[in-house]
Amino acid sequence: MAAHLKKRVYEEFSKVVQIPHEEVPAKKLRLSKPSKSAALHVDLCKATNSTDALQYLLQFARKPVEAESVEGVVRILLEHYYKETDNSVRLKIASLLGLLSKTQGFSPDCIVDDVISTLNNEKSHQVLVQLLDTLLVIGTQLPENPAVRQRLIEVACKHLSDTYFGVRIKCLQLLGCLGTVDAPLTKDNEGQGMSTGGVRDVQNVISDYFGDQDPRVRTAAIKAMLQLHERGMKIHQIIYDQACRLLSDDYEQVRSAAVQMVWVLSQLYPESIVPIPSSNEEIRLVDDSFGKISHMVSDGSWMVRVQAAKTLGSMLQVSPHFLEQTLDKKLMSDLRRKRTAHERAKELYTSGEFSSGRKWADDAPKEKVDTNAVNLIASGACGAFVHGLEDEMYEVRIAAVEALCLLARSSPSFAEKCLDFLVDMFNDEIEEVRLQSIHVLREISTHITLREDQLDTVLAVLEDSSRDIREALHELLCYTNVSTKECIQLALLELLKNLNKYPTDRNSVWKCLKFLGSRHPTLVLPLVPELLSTHPYFDTPEPDMDDPAYIAVLVLVFNAAKSCPTMPALFSDHTFRHYAYLRDSLSHLVPPLRLPGRKPLYGLDSVDSGGGSGSVEAAHLFLQQSLNRVSTVQNLEAPGAQDLLDFTIRDLQRLGQLQPELAGAADFSATYLRCQLLLMKALQEKLWNMAVPLCLKQNATATAAARQILEETYKLEFLYSGLESRQVATIHHVRLQAKALQLVLTARTRRGLEPLIGSCEKFLQDVESFQRLFLTELPHLQDSFVEKLLELMPRLSSCKPAELVKILQTTLRQSGLLQLRLPEQIHRATATIIEPTGESDNPLRFTSGLVVALDLDATLEHVQDPQNTVKVQLLYPDGQSHVIQPRPGDFRKPGPHRHRLITQVYLSHTAWTEPCQVEVRLLLAYSSSSSSSSSSSSKAGWSDSTDSLPPPEAAIEGTIPFSKSVKVFIMPKPARR
Amino acid sequence: MPEIKVTPLGAGQDVGRSCILVSIGGKNIMLDCGMHMGYNDDRRFPDFSYITQNGRLTEFLDCVIISHFHLDHCGALPYMSEMVGYDGPIYMTHPTKAICPILLEDFRKITVDKKGETNFFTSQMIKDCMKKVIPLNLHQTVQVDDELEIKAYYAGHVLGAAMVHIKVGSESVVYTGDYNMTPDRHLGAAWIDKCRPDILISESTYATTIRDSKRCRERDFLKKVHETIERGGKVLIPVFALGRAQELCILLETFWERMNLKAPIYFSTGLTEKANHYYKLFITWTNQKIRKTFVQRNMFEFKHIKAFDRSYADNPGPMVVFATPGMLHAGQSLQIFKKWAGNEKNMVIMPGYCVQGTIGHKILNGQRKLEMEGRATLDVKLQVEYMSFSAHADAKGIMQLIRMAEPRNMLLVHGEAAKMEFLKGKIEQEFNINCYMPANGETETVTTNPSVPVDISLNLLKREMALGGPLPDTKKPRTMHGTLIMKENSLRLVSPEQALKELGLNEHQLRFTCRVQLQDPHSDSDTLHRIYTHLKSVLKGYTIQHLPDSTVMVESIVIKLSSSAEDPNTKVLLLSWSYQDEDLGSFLSTLLKKGLPSGLC
Repeated sequence: MAAHLKKRVYEEFSKVVQIPHEEVPAKKLRLSKPSKSAALHVDLCKATNSTDALQYLLQFARKPVEAESVEGVVRILLEHYYKETDNSVRLKIASLLGLLSKTQGFSPDCIVDDVISTLNNEKSHQVLVQLLDTLLVIGTQLPENPAVRQRLIEVACKHLSDTYFGVRIKCLQLLGCLGTVDAPLTKDNEGQGMSTGGVRDVQNVISDYFGDQDPRVRTAAIKAMLQLHERGMKIHQIIYDQACRLLSDDYEQVRSAAVQMVWVLSQLYPESIVPIPSSNEEIRLVDDSFGKISHMVSDGSWMVRVQAAKTLGSMLQVSPHFLEQTLDKKLMSDLRRKRTAHERAKELYTSGEFSSGRKWADDAPKEKVDTNAVNLIASGACGAFVHGLEDEMYEVRIAAVEALCLLARSSPSFAEKCLDFLVDMFNDEIEEVRLQSIHVLREISTHITLREDQLDTVLAVLEDSSRDIREALHELLCYTNVSTKECIQLALLELLKNLNKYPTDRNSVWKCLKFLGSRHPTLVLPLVPELLSTHPYFDTPEPDMDDPAYIAVLVLVFNAAKSCPTMPALFSDHTFRHYAYLRDSLSHLVPPLRLPGRKPLYGLDSVDSGGGSGSVEAAHLFLQQSLNRVSTVQNLEAPGAQDLLDFTIRDLQRLGQLQPELAGAADFSATYLRCQLLLMKALQEKLWNMAVPLCLKQNATATAAARQILEETYKLEFLYSGLESRQVATIHHVRLQAKALQLVLTARTRRGLEPLIGSCEKFLQDVESFQRLFLTELPHLQDSFVEKLLELMPRLSSCKPAELVKILQTTLRQSGLLQLRLPEQIHRATATIIEPTGESDNPLRFTSGLVVALDLDATLEHVQDPQNTVKVQLLYPDGQSHVIQPRPGDFRKPGPHRHRLITQVYLSHTAWTEPCQVEVRLLLAYSSSSSSSSSSSSKAGWSDSTDSLPPPEAAIEGTIPFSKSVKVFIMPKPARR
Repeated sequence: MPEIKVTPLGAGQDVGRSCILVSIGGKNIMLDCGMHMGYNDDRRFPDFSYITQNGRLTEFLDCVIISHFHLDHCGALPYMSEMVGYDGPIYMTHPTKAICPILLEDFRKITVDKKGETNFFTSQMIKDCMKKVIPLNLHQTVQVDDELEIKAYYAGHVLGAAMVHIKVGSESVVYTGDYNMTPDRHLGAAWIDKCRPDILISESTYATTIRDSKRCRERDFLKKVHETIERGGKVLIPVFALGRAQELCILLETFWERMNLKAPIYFSTGLTEKANHYYKLFITWTNQKIRKTFVQRNMFEFKHIKAFDRSYADNPGPMVVFATPGMLHAGQSLQIFKKWAGNEKNMVIMPGYCVQGTIGHKILNGQRKLEMEGRATLDVKLQVEYMSFSAHADAKGIMQLIRMAEPRNMLLVHGEAAKMEFLKGKIEQEFNINCYMPANGETETVTTNPSVPVDISLNLLKREMALGGPLPDTKKPRTMHGTLIMKENSLRLVSPEQALKELGLNEHQLRFTCRVQLQDPHSDSDTLHRIYTHLKSVLKGYTIQHLPDSTVMVESIVIKLSSSAEDPNTKVLLLSWSYQDEDLGSFLSTLLKKGLPSGLC
């Protein structure tokens, strides 16, 4: 539809060009219409037996049918349907009817009657199923037609008593998709001799089939009910009991659907009270259903277990004591019957009736206990998660871990309790599960404080050989709270061990210690002398500044010192020196400190430390002001305007460095302004005043400027995220200007009209596509280049190239600067290559002609869809370059807007005599067709209609380097013979 | 009433020499045929003389089913089949069939070659016995004979362990063997469908235990091993060759892999290598992780675990050694233990149950000075840890299995009587089913209530459906008329007409007639009309006709009127109805006996 609308709007705007284009396909359509249905008719008449007819129908089904001819085709099909005796052909016709009613632009209400009448005469069950399916399609196509809906529902009710399960299933689906609450139904059921057709509503009718003999029908009934719920109907609470009974059905699909049903009801009526069978107690419905679904976690079928485990995670209203039971396998209390027995049962347990299997002989028989008080299968939620986390299938375990996460986030006390279990999961046999549980623990870590023993088990995982696990754990440690100084010491010790074992984790470990320090300044304080190995009387030797472990300790201490002013007093002299050094070299890890008797090292520091939200606002204001100032640039004389732009660009760049929050915006504006500056410079070249033959040489700078502007615009468009269509329009506008400039320049240099005509047409197409894409933005582009161009459009499209160039030249020079309006959030995509570091002097040696794998580790920020856009480029010293597309699995997502690329790059080369440096950098690939692809792809759907839409403008693809390149020494050696 | 009889010959209120006799539907089945670890005399094997005093067992048993390869479940098999005499089929799963002879041979060697017993089965006997074995696949229904069928389900526990579902007609028994409801590092959890057997015979080794989560135990285990290794100590893990040993190996192997540890792990050789070979082969019997990853790497091809040599025990530096046997009562594990016991840096981890009297049992109970043979004493300085890695279902697991299978009766074997008693109470209370726990030699009889299948003729069914709507409605039971024909062991329900036709009989009509005297002063025709209107008002919804030949028909009941000769006011009504209309007929007669209401016109 969107494509249609667009096309129509387009038509209105550019009548001159487009009308001939439009008429051609329309004519074709009209021509093909009668032929299609006629051909079918002929084919079907020709068919002598059912196999032939089936073949024709199958062929026919492969081609699309236009909306106008659908009705004709339907008539022919129906006509044939009545004549046909073979079931399979009728079945195919019925399915075709359904397919045809889905055709866009065809309203199927005209065939409802026909289908229903065929339905009434049909004997074959299979065909009935298909016809009902067709009705279902029709019904969903006509959501706003109550009459049709009512009729369909009646049909469905009538056939509900069919003996074939398929028919019943379809009827239930129909009811589910179309049934309404407001219209009560008369259940048409004379067969059973119902006294009077009682007035019942859809839900009642559907729920009758919860007890159907066929499990498939039972499933369909529950699904229909869920469908009703999805359509916004309120399910009655009476169904709850039935749904609960279905939880113990013999068939897994029924149980699985029933779990969903029970869940839906628990969300609808969480607070209503249900009685407990075999006692006179009552509990909340949500608790009851929680207990029942928990029970399903130990179901026989793993599909049901997954379903149940997932569902548990979303039942947040459940009472805390029920929630906590899910982690308690041992608690055998029959809490639901005697709430007071809760404590007693627990005592019984702890008194040693059950052995835990952890100590030898602790299950030796003891004195007789009152066995009545203990239930082995407690009817409640006992141990659901314990089971789920121990399940054989890792799907269930992951579902359980996720559910734990959701529940723990909403309940701090539960979070505390599930900690041990999550920590246990760190030891799972499947890495995915381990990773997931670490992530979960991180997410709930705001609620919890790790005890020493817990921390101990968490830290044990630091030795894991999987990098993902270790980094996830570092991430977790960044967010955890610990309780004692021993914990800090323990964590530091383990992290240093980790650093020792896996030196590549350096950055991650440092970062982790940074957060650990800034979170627990008071716990670090008593450790400082020990950590820095200072002594009250003796001078200790100065530690090696290049030791990563020492840096790690310093990072911890300095970050703690930031909010602990008494700490610097404990530092020795060299510590201060090291501080200065680290503050400079690792400024992202070491915070500015207010050290006694020392000046702040940089002006930068004061900005940072004095910071807070006020400075951000101020910076923002400054950014706005500079942009506003620039908007007046038109009124200035050429040199002044250029100076102003120059200064503003410089200001903005500096601002970006100072305020990381605004870096994206400042950068974006600066780049934009640079484009404008280049444009301005290009236009003020002297060459414009020269005669054409003279300026052949001089325009080199202008051409370069035009090309550079083009490049910059691509950067602007694809490197920044958070752009709105307004900004995109502005960028495209600049690009259009650059293209115009290029055109003018070509016109001035080249001889001969042929190439010029081509490029003129291309330019006009660009203008048109601009207009099409940014129709809504046009009002904002007042007084701009494009606006002027569009005014002149009728003239342009008819005039000669030379004239066009002239017009362009004047328009370019007259049009002013378009003011940039910044969106809320704007981020520049950045990439940092962590590894290879490029520091190594040892060349990577390998036999030439063979490949060598280079480990690449990079973080990407604010990159959308990195799997498709990020590429690795290798530049060899001889100028060769390779672009490598990393595998999608190599990208990980450690946080929002953040990606991590850990991959291996394969390089190879012929032999060199000396080790040489290869440059590695990351590229961001883009293709400009992506924005306009929506219209073209939807057209492509009409495959064999050969309507000639103007071909989509050639997609411009390119790459933007967006990381610093890293140099790696490599040394391909000649192969030994 | 049909009965199922269950008699444990071993494992009744006891652990060891599992052997249970089941008589079901006229078939006799022996479930497991094990030996007892604790005895060296005749009590070692089940008492087969219970079945027959003399002669072979073949004619008394229809089949023998072995659940898994542990000796307490299969140790007496060659004795029974070759020495007592049994030629019928023996069923076991493929892995059991592969591993069982290895263990039997090992057992034989120890008993005959080491202890010098005579009158024991020979290698040839083991071979002959294994020839009688028919392998089973999981979920495959095997027809033992025309009536008896068996089906195996996955049981966890050890490689190839199976639960069996035995079915004769509609009666069925499930025997669990040993099973495990929580998956471990190399095997999955037991699973059974809702087969609703008449009796579920379950093991109950851990009837009173509810174990901690498996992960806790694994973590503890790994942590202890890791810590000992880190401080340079040696770890001894006494195991039995098969089962837990593989689990622990995988656990340590993956941990070593994950943590990049370098300390060596040794496995004392012997039958283990052969057995490991089978573990590699029967990948389908293992758990999800191993099954899914074996294409890249078979988990049983250990990278870090190497074969142990006697001389390695004196090597310096940390190491982990798995050594047999598991209870430290003899063999290599005991030798190594003696060497390492003196150093407090070392550790011994007992991963399972220890029988009283073994050194394992002693040190677990805290004894620090052991008396060795030759009056020597041994100071135990090393750390002693107990980790239950036993792969039996705990109380909760047993309950879970009951919930899965939904049996009508429950029978506990393979456990201690006191613990069983407790679980029995629980089961009866929770599921409301009978639970039995017979001792060895005691017979438990369970009467069943089998459903009898009857073929119904299609015509009759269709006719019934046409009458009362198509779908059976549980809320409204319906009655139908038909004739039950019992002929040659088959039951059929057909329509009466067809039955008559098949039997070659003529149909006889049975009619009841009855005279009712009525006082009515009107003329005959008037009276009849009055009756007609009366009935019409009373019996709504019935077809009532006033026929011209001065009769009234109510459905098929004929009412005739004749006035008596003496008194014209006394009318005699003749009612006649067929047997099928008995209800309506008797209702009419009582109605008419009351007379006509006076207000009738």
